[in-house]
Amino acid sequence: MSDLFGVLPYAVAAWILLVGCYGIATSRSFIHVVVCLSLVQSSTYLLLLMVGWSRDATAPVFGDVDPGVPVVDPVVQALTLTDIVVGGAVTALLLSLTIQLAKRQGSIDPDRIRSLEEELEE
Amino acid sequence: MTRLAASRLLLAVGGLGTAVLLLLAFGGLPDLGDVPHPYADRAVQAALGHDTANVVSSVNFDQRAFDTLGEEFVMLAAAVSAVLLLRRFHDEEQDAHDLGYGPRDVWSAAHLVGFALLAPTILVGLYVVAHGAVSPGGGFQGGAVLATGLHLAYLAGDYSILRRVRPLAVFDMAEAIGAAGFVLLGISALFVGDPFLANWLPTGTLGDLASAGMVELFNVAVGMEVASALVLLLAKFLDQALVVRRDTDESP
Repeated sequence: MSDLFGVLPYAVAAWILLVGCYGIATSRSFIHVVVCLSLVQSSTYLLLLMVGWSRDATAPVFGDVDPGVPVVDPVVQALTLTDIVVGGAVTALLLSLTIQLAKRQGSIDPDRIRSLEEELEE
Repeated sequence: MTRLAASRLLLAVGGLGTAVLLLLAFGGLPDLGDVPHPYADRAVQAALGHDTANVVSSVNFDQRAFDTLGEEFVMLAAAVSAVLLLRRFHDEEQDAHDLGYGPRDVWSAAHLVGFALLAPTILVGLYVVAHGAVSPGGGFQGGAVLATGLHLAYLAGDYSILRRVRPLAVFDMAEAIGAAGFVLLGISALFVGDPFLANWLPTGTLGDLASAGMVELFNVAVGMEVASALVLLLAKFLDQALVVRRDTDESP
């Protein structure tokens, strides 16, 4: 790592990851937790795209550019696409669990929900 | 020390530790932008060998189609379980006045723009799916555009209009057809003596709409599945917000 620009994108990815973790740990609502989890996941998008970036390269689509022109890494871009799609589906699943939680327990505060055992004892 | 303070301390120590470890690890990474990418070079060569202009599509639907098959079923499983969790339970009933629900206080300009954009947005979605092999886009992206574009009918109109443009039974079927279609397209390669999911169709000319062989067909199957899964999910969430009421709703 020579210059600041070389380290900055990685530092931003680490920052987004840690901010998301902080949000999850201190959250008072499961909807907030789900949003923070998406934030944590978006740090991986940034990291993947940064790993694949190269200087003076264009997008890996040869519709308009000639084959032979340097392009950025398409493999990590495909991985990022996978990441986003799965992330969206998992977010929907977590939000539907939150809706069920709100219905059954009347609260979506992680500190207030009761475990299944506690609920059975009542 | 209270429980809250203890957890805050644990968070601070853990966060700082993770930050230090991450920075140390990133310091060992190669310089940004000047790294050789052996996989990228080979992926580009393989994509050009199959006349696929969009290398990302080639990676997803040709070179590692098996991974995409798994991913598609992760998405299917998540969507099905979310729909299962959001079904109407026995102590809930459908609101009798459900037809009136929707964003009533929309500006008339938003009404107009929403309805005017409905058809063009669907067209853009179809375009993005169809050109997945030659330009940026593909089944995943186009499917998302299609599903969200359809919901302009809700944003600009109301729930009853959305219900009319979105027959859920059709999307139920389309999701299954999209998921099964991907597998069947993969199996089709076996009949010509190629491995599962191989790109066995003639690949055409680089940059043509009808190029890249199977990549385009896989894109269509995925686009169908993603669009229907998103429509079904949004339908269930909208149902929860607008239609489903519990019997005991009076006591919050």
